[in-house]
Amino acid sequence: MNQPLPRRDFLKTTTGLLTGIVVAGSPLALIAPRRRRAWAVALSALTTAEAAALMAMARTIVPHDKLDDAAYALVIKAVDEGALNDDHVRKTIKEGIAGLGAGFATRPESERSAVLKKIESSEFFQTTRLKTLQVLYATPMAYAYFGYEGEAFSKGGYLERGFNDLHWLPEVPLEDSGPLPI
Amino acid sequence: MATFALKDDSVAVIIGSGAGGGTLAHELTRRGIKVVLLEAGSRQSLESFSQVPGESFNQLTWLDTRTQSGDWGVARDFPSLPVWHCKTVGGTTVHWTASCPRLQPWELRARTTYGAVAGTSLIDWPITPEELERYYAIAERRMGVTRRNDVPGLPASNNFKVMHAAAMKLGYKQVHTGHLAINSRTYDGRGFCIQQGFCVQGCKMGAKWSTLYTEIPDAEETGNLDLRVQSTATRIEHGPNGRVNAVIYRDTQGREQRQAARVVCVAGNSIETTRLLLLSESSKFPHGLANSSGQVGRNYCHQITGFVWGIFDKPIYFWRGATIAGVIEDEAINDPRRGFVGGYRMELVALDLPTLPLVGLPYGWGRDFASIIDNYRNLAGMFINGEDLPRSGNRISLDANVKDAYGLPVAHIHVDEHPNDRALRKHAQGQMVRMYEAVGAKRVIVGPTPPASHNTGAARMSADPHDGVTNGWGQTHDIDNLFISDGSLLTTSGSANPTLTIVALALRQAEYLSEQMKAGHL
Repeated sequence: MNQPLPRRDFLKTTTGLLTGIVVAGSPLALIAPRRRRAWAVALSALTTAEAAALMAMARTIVPHDKLDDAAYALVIKAVDEGALNDDHVRKTIKEGIAGLGAGFATRPESERSAVLKKIESSEFFQTTRLKTLQVLYATPMAYAYFGYEGEAFSKGGYLERGFNDLHWLPEVPLEDSGPLPI
Repeated sequence: MATFALKDDSVAVIIGSGAGGGTLAHELTRRGIKVVLLEAGSRQSLESFSQVPGESFNQLTWLDTRTQSGDWGVARDFPSLPVWHCKTVGGTTVHWTASCPRLQPWELRARTTYGAVAGTSLIDWPITPEELERYYAIAERRMGVTRRNDVPGLPASNNFKVMHAAAMKLGYKQVHTGHLAINSRTYDGRGFCIQQGFCVQGCKMGAKWSTLYTEIPDAEETGNLDLRVQSTATRIEHGPNGRVNAVIYRDTQGREQRQAARVVCVAGNSIETTRLLLLSESSKFPHGLANSSGQVGRNYCHQITGFVWGIFDKPIYFWRGATIAGVIEDEAINDPRRGFVGGYRMELVALDLPTLPLVGLPYGWGRDFASIIDNYRNLAGMFINGEDLPRSGNRISLDANVKDAYGLPVAHIHVDEHPNDRALRKHAQGQMVRMYEAVGAKRVIVGPTPPASHNTGAARMSADPHDGVTNGWGQTHDIDNLFISDGSLLTTSGSANPTLTIVALALRQAEYLSEQMKAGHL
């Protein structure tokens, strides 16, 4: 088996590369600079094949069909970084990915779901699920995709930017609400 | 800002700078009493508050290890985070959403109102509603609470428009934007709410009351406050006469220090307050300080909470606007015909994007789980805030097997739900589902119980010293100069969010404490 390498050796080793191109017309294309829509994640602990399996796993855990791979790639990047710095995490991830079976990344979603269902209670699945939610939904791509506008203080809050712009229900009487501040 | 000597035994030492400790520090210092305020966390400011949700969580949250057990949902869904409160100057008033309802008179007479309920340790409060109301009035003026004292309510947000319309469909009458310690207009030198929706990340406007930028700077201006940040109390010492006389703490460098004290007031949120009392065991007090009754840590309450989300076919943008600016109060009554005693409020809520799937939705993954998040723009949200009943076995204790960075046992939290708790939650969830369906929700999601933020009990006030830890002033039954000054005091939880009550009790305790000191009793 692999002997744990000193950390500095890991830092200068690229173990794989995950790449993709942002699909034109996707929400992400709107925020990706022109002509720079190709992306790459240099891996430090995972191989390219392992990263591809993990990508398929993340897309099965929370499938958002039109959310670009580039957003999910940040999950892979975070998992890879976590694996680099912690022997136990690396072992768990690598063994977990191996356990998904050959060709996992190219199997249809129903089959991938069935594989994951069987390992749902494992540490590998649970930590990967958590990391996927923590990272994916905090990315600017996810914000753009789901419409979340996020931080508002620098823009004066939502007071003048639609906090009360819903008009398909009756307005709330003043006695149950309050005046807009001047 | 003053600096007092470690050997200065004329100071009052307050442990914790949140709603209770921060308010008490201001009240004592403005009366000329020297205060050393120990705060385990560091000091943030309006400028330094992070507006990146995950980063903010790490900036403000008490993340030191706790362990837990019991059959409550939190043990299953959030095993490593049983409670969610702050570790920073200002304590949990930095991340609170500022809801300030009052406890109602019958809630203070819980045992009398509800009668004997098997499997609970219900008692009545040792203070009268009239007595508490005097201090509620002072607290509300101090904090600038909306819809009190001619302070206008906050305007209605999109999320509240849905809640209001839904509540009208079910015939509810007491539905409004809430009694909030959030400025609806400029007040007390602080600006008004600009509807950021970032209440939980620390209000960068300072429109939301927090001891961080109200009571604590006011106390500093008196010249009687010595605030020591990143200072973690580990033990309260006592003399041969049994009176406390010093607090041992770890300073910013982790060095052990000993601050002498004339009185000690513990305000570390129920969890750490309990832990500190238990860690302070001695040959004279082998079960911990103020624990001759065995009640320290017991009767821990957390309130029945939980999310309900409605998915609509049009956008709501529920994240825009003050998080909790909406409430339905009609169910905050005691009507046993509903199948439970005690009441609950329904309060407005929204969650930022990473937090919704992490905390707000029932555990899940796959296409159905993702489809809820696909509807993020179209969600409306409500939160249950109901009374949970005290139980002797629901308690904070020391975990003999897990130690902190200083080698001290961490707090262990055990909660078994009472059938009344479950019945109340089920009723509330049922009403909320009916409401959203009545205004056309495509689907309603009943979410989990999040980590507890409304930690109360555990060192409760009681008329009979056998039933609790302190008298009606928060003075421990066992030790005259040891006080509890946070939510641990609440005899029962009621259905009101606890902060206003904590502040009212701190204001009242400060009066008593200073009178007792002046009279030479302390």
